[in-house]
Amino acid sequence: MITLDNVSKTYGSGPGAVQALKDIDLQVPKGTIHGVIGLSGAGKSTLIRCVNLLERPSAGRVIIDGQELTAMDAAALRQARHQCGMIFQHFNLLTNRTVYDNVALPLELMGQSRQTIRERVLPLLEMTGLADKTKQYPAQLSGGQKQRVAIARALASRPKVLLCDEATSALDPQTTASILTLLQEINQQLGLTILLITHEMEVVKTICHRVGLISDGRLVEDADVGDFFTAPGTQLGREFLNDFLKLEAPQALIERLEPEPGETTHPVVRLTFSGDSVSTPLISRLAREHGIDVSILQAKVESIQGRTLGLMIAELMGSASQTQQALTTLESFDLQVEVMGHVQRTD
Amino acid sequence: MSSALIDLVWQSTLETLYMVAVAGILSALVGVPLGVLLYVTRPRQILAQPVVNTILGIVTNVGRSVPFIILLVAIIPFTRMIVGSSIGTNAAAVPLTIAAIPFVARLVEGALNEVSPGLVEAAQSMGATPMQIIMKVLLPEARGGIINGLTITIVALVSYSAMAGAVGGGGLGDLGIRYGYNRFNPTVMLITVVVLVVMVQLFQSLGDYLVRKSDHK
Repeated sequence: MITLDNVSKTYGSGPGAVQALKDIDLQVPKGTIHGVIGLSGAGKSTLIRCVNLLERPSAGRVIIDGQELTAMDAAALRQARHQCGMIFQHFNLLTNRTVYDNVALPLELMGQSRQTIRERVLPLLEMTGLADKTKQYPAQLSGGQKQRVAIARALASRPKVLLCDEATSALDPQTTASILTLLQEINQQLGLTILLITHEMEVVKTICHRVGLISDGRLVEDADVGDFFTAPGTQLGREFLNDFLKLEAPQALIERLEPEPGETTHPVVRLTFSGDSVSTPLISRLAREHGIDVSILQAKVESIQGRTLGLMIAELMGSASQTQQALTTLESFDLQVEVMGHVQRTD
Repeated sequence: MSSALIDLVWQSTLETLYMVAVAGILSALVGVPLGVLLYVTRPRQILAQPVVNTILGIVTNVGRSVPFIILLVAIIPFTRMIVGSSIGTNAAAVPLTIAAIPFVARLVEGALNEVSPGLVEAAQSMGATPMQIIMKVLLPEARGGIINGLTITIVALVSYSAMAGAVGGGGLGDLGIRYGYNRFNPTVMLITVVVLVVMVQLFQSLGDYLVRKSDHK
């Protein structure tokens, strides 16, 4: 439904030029929710604004629903934009229009009759839970309600694609959840293709089917959400994941960690389980087969798009040869093992 | 206070109101579109035309930098062409209008500048034409600021109209100079000032009321 073909965007020219996007290739199939995540300044915003040509790419092609936007003149592009709704971080509602009139705006721009506008706007306000707010002005609404108005407005022209530019970044976690639920309903009920950019892993985890990771203007990862959360392919992806899972060893333990093993130390390991390894009774097997004790310091289980992801930080307590064998056994399983360091035994 | 004096004050008040009304309406009719042009032709704006923008900017600045009393006499040939005479209340309304147009234009440009660029972007993402953006986004969203600018213009026109006496335009300022200053009549001076103060207060209050009513920010 959306295809970015080798899209680049450069601001300025000569030695002072800034390359915001570098050779981006992205495919978003019909009916999917595709997230793009990245740090601030990575080029996320430029990327989504290149899709409906609010920013014109310096090179490359943008194709939506078989139409090449980058080849269109201004009038054709305006027509094509009716197929492509957009919502924004700061909602961008017209302050001097009521909720009803804000949602009616795209239809007014298309020259629809008052009757048609009415028939379209009222069901949208119903769907977004704003039926009792039609005559209010945006200043009287909460952030979540404003974004609902913006969503209704973006849907008024019956687009095939919805672009979300940090749509939940200005909202509190509870409101974010309700907006994400709404987006998911829209995706399922209307079959709308959604491309969203965000810096929040929570958003990706909750509603996205696929996720792209953008870093320094390049798309460095593009994967199924389940794969990305269980085995990110890049260091930045792992950082995002660790940050999101917040599985940090207790501070007291970190202070005791030594980089090299000694005569009287135990290894501390971080284990990441996914897929089949989640259900393996691993800890008891280690204890039984290698005669060691396993002290679980931190553990967490997440369910992401129907897949389970387990994380654990544990101290392997036993003699040097026992723990070494245990580590070898661990590595033979389908899971990631990282030795974080070694602590002096206290027993 | 004699009834003759009351008549004189009343007559002068009407002259002032007439000049302010004519200049206010005409300068708004020309100044608002000019202000819109000044804004939308800026670089990176919806109708970016850097050359046009620079020329319009220079013309506007020239208009604003000529002292009103000089403009009043400098454009006498033009005034004669428009109203057929270079003296009288109508003749005074012409330079007042000319002086107010660039003033209005800059205030409107400033009001439009206060509209969040995100709103223009949202309208663009919906496929709005530049004209639709002006009529449905920029002007309605800047409504409060524009009304505020027009109020400032009206108040400035009340003050400028005091100089209309120089071309026989009449009005309260002229009354104050001729009767109050030249004939050493402090009562007349005081009355004209009081009437002017009340007039300005009323215009400002009306403007503030309209801003409050029209703006939902």
